[in-house]
Amino acid sequence: MIEILSVTGPASVQDLGRFDQYRFGVGTSGAMDDVALRAGNILLDNDENAAGIEIPMLPFKLRFGRDMAFALTGAGVEAEIAGRVIPPWWRSHARAGDILTIKAMPRGARLYLTIGGGIDVPMVLGSRSTQFRGEFGGWQGRPLQVGDILPCAASAAAIDELGVEPAEITLARPNTAADETIVRVVIAGEYDGFDAATQALFWSSSWKITPQSNRYGYRLQGPAVKPKAPIEKRSHGIVPGVIQIPPNGQPIIQMRDAQTSGGYPKIATVIGADLWRVGQARLGSSLRFEQTAYADALAAEAEMSTYLDRLRTNVRLVEETRTC
Amino acid sequence: MTASDRPRISLLGTSALLFEAPGAFDLPHQRRIWALAATASKWPGIREAIPGITNMMLTFETPPRELDTLVAALNDGWDAAEGLAIGGREIGLPVTYGGEIGSQLQSVADHCGLSVDDVVSIHAAPLYTVFALGSHPGYCYLGGMDPRITMPRRQTPLQRSAGGSVSIGGSQTGVSASSGPSGWHAIGHTSWTFFDPSWPTPAALAPGDTIRFEIERVIR
Repeated sequence: MIEILSVTGPASVQDLGRFDQYRFGVGTSGAMDDVALRAGNILLDNDENAAGIEIPMLPFKLRFGRDMAFALTGAGVEAEIAGRVIPPWWRSHARAGDILTIKAMPRGARLYLTIGGGIDVPMVLGSRSTQFRGEFGGWQGRPLQVGDILPCAASAAAIDELGVEPAEITLARPNTAADETIVRVVIAGEYDGFDAATQALFWSSSWKITPQSNRYGYRLQGPAVKPKAPIEKRSHGIVPGVIQIPPNGQPIIQMRDAQTSGGYPKIATVIGADLWRVGQARLGSSLRFEQTAYADALAAEAEMSTYLDRLRTNVRLVEETRTC
Repeated sequence: MTASDRPRISLLGTSALLFEAPGAFDLPHQRRIWALAATASKWPGIREAIPGITNMMLTFETPPRELDTLVAALNDGWDAAEGLAIGGREIGLPVTYGGEIGSQLQSVADHCGLSVDDVVSIHAAPLYTVFALGSHPGYCYLGGMDPRITMPRRQTPLQRSAGGSVSIGGSQTGVSASSGPSGWHAIGHTSWTFFDPSWPTPAALAPGDTIRFEIERVIR
């Protein structure tokens, strides 16, 4: 087990998400950066869907109740355990009683702590992810608090230290300025409800990520993007990544804890292969949208699978070399 | 046939697709949506077919390589869809109108030029049909509200509205299944439970079920 000693902001237990409960009004939840969670689990030889802890704010401190392997992926952080510094995208080993301290997050927005075997909270409706609105899943259906003691699944014996290249380096997008995130989007149902000049404005603008951005949605600030005539839709299903334009013309990207339905016009949807980039975009930084075709969005997903396959292969190769 | 007579089909990225039926927001159209959803949920590669208000979202198990086949199947499916009359359950829902949670009862009455008693009796009169579930766990979109008690949604949503709030938003009414933000006007509340993840089917109500609001008490 692990004990939470210090927590800032809404840290929570998340796996990849709950994907087949929309018909009951239940959204996906799940890691905002699914690539980082997968990578952490790959480093630990876990099922890629094993639950970890998503940490959006620091400081964060926890104590390991027994010897276990763990990994830190996602945001770049300053982390320390028993006097050792843990580099980013790294797996290491804790002894019973060791305290892991995470002090600063110079890059990215969310850190993932994964452990050998995974956080062993019960599966609820097919997932271990925390459903905040429904108050179920994860650890008691709520954000973590000081004093929480999380059960950990049994895991294989000790694993040596090992790191992998962070996804933001391997999967870096060309022509991205520092402190800027570029995400590819496929246009959505109401795109044609905006005139050409407004569409151009949507593509060319550098959108500021406001402090009202979280697991529910990212609220952006920039020039007002308004449809030719007001559009009110009948309530319909929406998924994480959908970019809605409310009456004030300021886009909102729906994220993992978004409502499962909405009625605002949708201008575009962030593709699945880039949603993690939004999850790692920092408050106050800028975001730009790049139009992509459906076929290219599928190609980007294939590229992501290739990246994860390579990660898996490399980790396995290292294990084999070490056991030789 | 004009374009507006045909369904609209649009992408929600690579994980889902939205089908919007032409025509009115009424029960006959909704019954065709239920029929289409029942059919489409069995198609290969489809994870769920989720009815909305005269529309349907399909989520993908695996995104289709090309969309033409799916689009054609949806168009044909809509044309072939006979209204599915679901013989749902009828639920009586005891409601306390007004009071702290239903604090907008008077505002709705004022807006509609009616007395509080009129609003309550008009709201409690119809047999409402659950058109769809969505928004948050267990929440039901209801059809059948009397247009006399229509009130536009709030300009700025409330950060937190109580679970069990009976509210009016535009020409719709509903009951929130848990506390959360809301742009609607609460006129009452119920202590009924709409969702429990430990139930075999986690949502208490399903499309096709009907609800009658029973006036338990009116706090003026």
